[in-house]
Amino acid sequence: MAAHSVHPPGFAHQFETVEQQREAGHLGMWIFLATEILFFGGMFTAYIVYRALHLSSFILGSHQLVVKFGAMNTAVLICSSLTMALAIRTAQTGGSKGVVIVWLLLTMALGAAFLGIKLRYEWYRDYMEGLIPGVAWLSGGTHTPGVKMFMCFYFFMTGLHALHMVVGLGILTVLVIMTVRNRFSAEYYSPLEISGLYWHFVDIVWIFLFPLLYLIGGRYPGS
Amino acid sequence: MSTAIRDLHDAPAEPAVNYLNASYGIKSWLLTLDHKRIGLLYLASITVMFVVGGVAATLMRMHLVEPQGALFEPETYNKMFSTHGIIMVFFFLVPSIPATLGNFLIPLMIGARDVAFPKLNLMSWYIFITGAALALYGTISGGVDTGWTFYPPYSSLYSETHVVAVALGVFVAGFSSILTGLNFIVTIHKMRAPGMTWFRLPLFIWALYATSLIFVLGTPVIAITVFLLGLERLLHVGIFDPAVGGDPLLFQHMFWFYSHPAVYIMILPGMGVISELVTAFSRKKIFGYSFVAFSSLSIAVISFIVWGHHMFVTGQAIYAGLVFSVLSFLVAIPSAVKVFNWTATLYRGSISYEAPMLYALGFIGLFTIGGLTGLFLASLATDVHLNGTYFIVAHFHYIMVGGAVMAYLGGIHFWWPKISGRMYPDMWARISAAIIFLGFNLTFFPQFMLGYLGMPRRYAVYPAEFQVLNVLSSAGASILGIGYVIPLFYLAWSMRYGPVAGPNPWNAKGLEWTIPSPPPTENFEEVPIVTEEAYNYPAIEAHHYPDAPGVARV
Repeated sequence: MAAHSVHPPGFAHQFETVEQQREAGHLGMWIFLATEILFFGGMFTAYIVYRALHLSSFILGSHQLVVKFGAMNTAVLICSSLTMALAIRTAQTGGSKGVVIVWLLLTMALGAAFLGIKLRYEWYRDYMEGLIPGVAWLSGGTHTPGVKMFMCFYFFMTGLHALHMVVGLGILTVLVIMTVRNRFSAEYYSPLEISGLYWHFVDIVWIFLFPLLYLIGGRYPGS
Repeated sequence: MSTAIRDLHDAPAEPAVNYLNASYGIKSWLLTLDHKRIGLLYLASITVMFVVGGVAATLMRMHLVEPQGALFEPETYNKMFSTHGIIMVFFFLVPSIPATLGNFLIPLMIGARDVAFPKLNLMSWYIFITGAALALYGTISGGVDTGWTFYPPYSSLYSETHVVAVALGVFVAGFSSILTGLNFIVTIHKMRAPGMTWFRLPLFIWALYATSLIFVLGTPVIAITVFLLGLERLLHVGIFDPAVGGDPLLFQHMFWFYSHPAVYIMILPGMGVISELVTAFSRKKIFGYSFVAFSSLSIAVISFIVWGHHMFVTGQAIYAGLVFSVLSFLVAIPSAVKVFNWTATLYRGSISYEAPMLYALGFIGLFTIGGLTGLFLASLATDVHLNGTYFIVAHFHYIMVGGAVMAYLGGIHFWWPKISGRMYPDMWARISAAIIFLGFNLTFFPQFMLGYLGMPRRYAVYPAEFQVLNVLSSAGASILGIGYVIPLFYLAWSMRYGPVAGPNPWNAKGLEWTIPSPPPTENFEEVPIVTEEAYNYPAIEAHHYPDAPGVARV
């Protein structure tokens, strides 16, 4: 019971040592990410099967997307992963809490920028052009049933990814508050590290989504 | 078992403060972070779901007494079997042993104060309740008629029932499974007491570890699948509509990628329970500990590569069928390892027949029948004859009711003294175990014959020549129903009037039996140090009967 009388910050009663708690938290997040891989994996599988079945329509559908904005968002997300990693590193090396907060806020700003670009320059444009199946769909021209299927997957996959981004922003908000309240130190920064794993994962999902949706399919020579 | 009875009489009074009376009031239960209380919350909620699913089954069997159907319109009958399947699979069987006994026992068995993430644990229960409420809403406000499999295009285009609400319920409840599985895996990895090495773990823990792997890796796929189905129903984009290029078979592939492993979610924890019961009531170490442990893991792994055997007659490629058939046969190997090892454990044991052991023996026999008939269905040619008939219904009920439910009840009876601190009347428990065994076989054995003769499942009417077997089955169902009701009464009775059980009424091994019953909130006053392997019953027997022949000196 010795560990119980000490009570370091953030220590939960069911654990014996701080180290045990840290390892449990990390393992928990990794297992959660394994679940997430299967979650997105089911969708990726469906997408790839339908792409193989309706190749020409999916290529046509892919051409409705604007690569420029997808590429911009890819850059934004990669930068946000960097700032996230820097926030963790600052906490780990005992840096000042102000610097941690700056990195966290920067991460949030980049995440918000991603969502902003997605909403304003992509989804809104799709809405105006009648490219949203079930909500605003104009048939005719290039808007064939196969393209509709592609757009359906596009919105489903990017929507689910965006939902994860929103959750990530919520987590970052909590982290900022915890940092302000001096919850972290060079000895205890597990929540930062664990949330970082999640943030990087959401980033990696986009790294797969971008080529799958925007790049492959005859837009460039050799693809 | 004179030792067990003697210890019962010598048992000390219940501990003054335990997890049941440490705090009072609805709030202390609804906001509890204690894994034992959360286990009981699950116990209460899945009992309600079991009653709902059971009532639907009872009505179906009543309807099928007459060839033209005794009670309902065919549409209503469709809703009955869909409700029965969906409620029983997703809201009773999947959470049954893991969420109740698993939650209650994992920390006790490994010597921990709680699971790794108690808040997440409570959240899982709330998620489960939300999913169950959605499913019940869909059921009460009009029902679904898609069967528990939700196959499109019927479920997406043609069914005019509450598919979205119920599918959403399944979707939501899935996250409860995922979080429970995650919690268990981390708990088993990181919370074991000193000396509790992997190969000293009770086999119940190994079984739940394997189950949790399936929870974590399989459930997200069903979540995405029913999500796509809901999307298809709401937006009509044709994801599963062949008319515009959708592929209904893709749904079946994705559905069974989860739902076949889900069969093992239902049976693996039961197998874990049986390993505990067989050793405790034959007073022996398990035969071949590591084989039983690894057979759980290999069942979990193989379960992910056999889903195609549900689709032999759907137009899946013949070579795919061939491969899935061969892979499906592989599952028989670890399953048989378990059955043979339990049997070998019984061999020359000091067997006693308390109620939990009756369930365990029932499980071994019924699971063997269920498993062997599974091989008929894994064979391509016989499956063409038997697919979609009552043979399949009988087969999976032998696994899920004869297997999983028997193990669940056996486990509840075994650990009830630990859960409640009280003993139930053993004679009543034995009688109801016997009634359940008889009623179960009378219900489902005729269905093997019906299926072999060609009666299709899911039909509200049938030709007159099938009536005798159907009446037998319905008669069995009413006996089975009585068997299920009796424990509700005597278990409830025992909580107030049952004799005090004491810490270890069965004289069993395992850390959970070293602490008072009911356990204190923090489980262990001091973290236990484990120095022996699991099921060291020969040590107890040598202690009690030092001169008995055949008892190993320890």
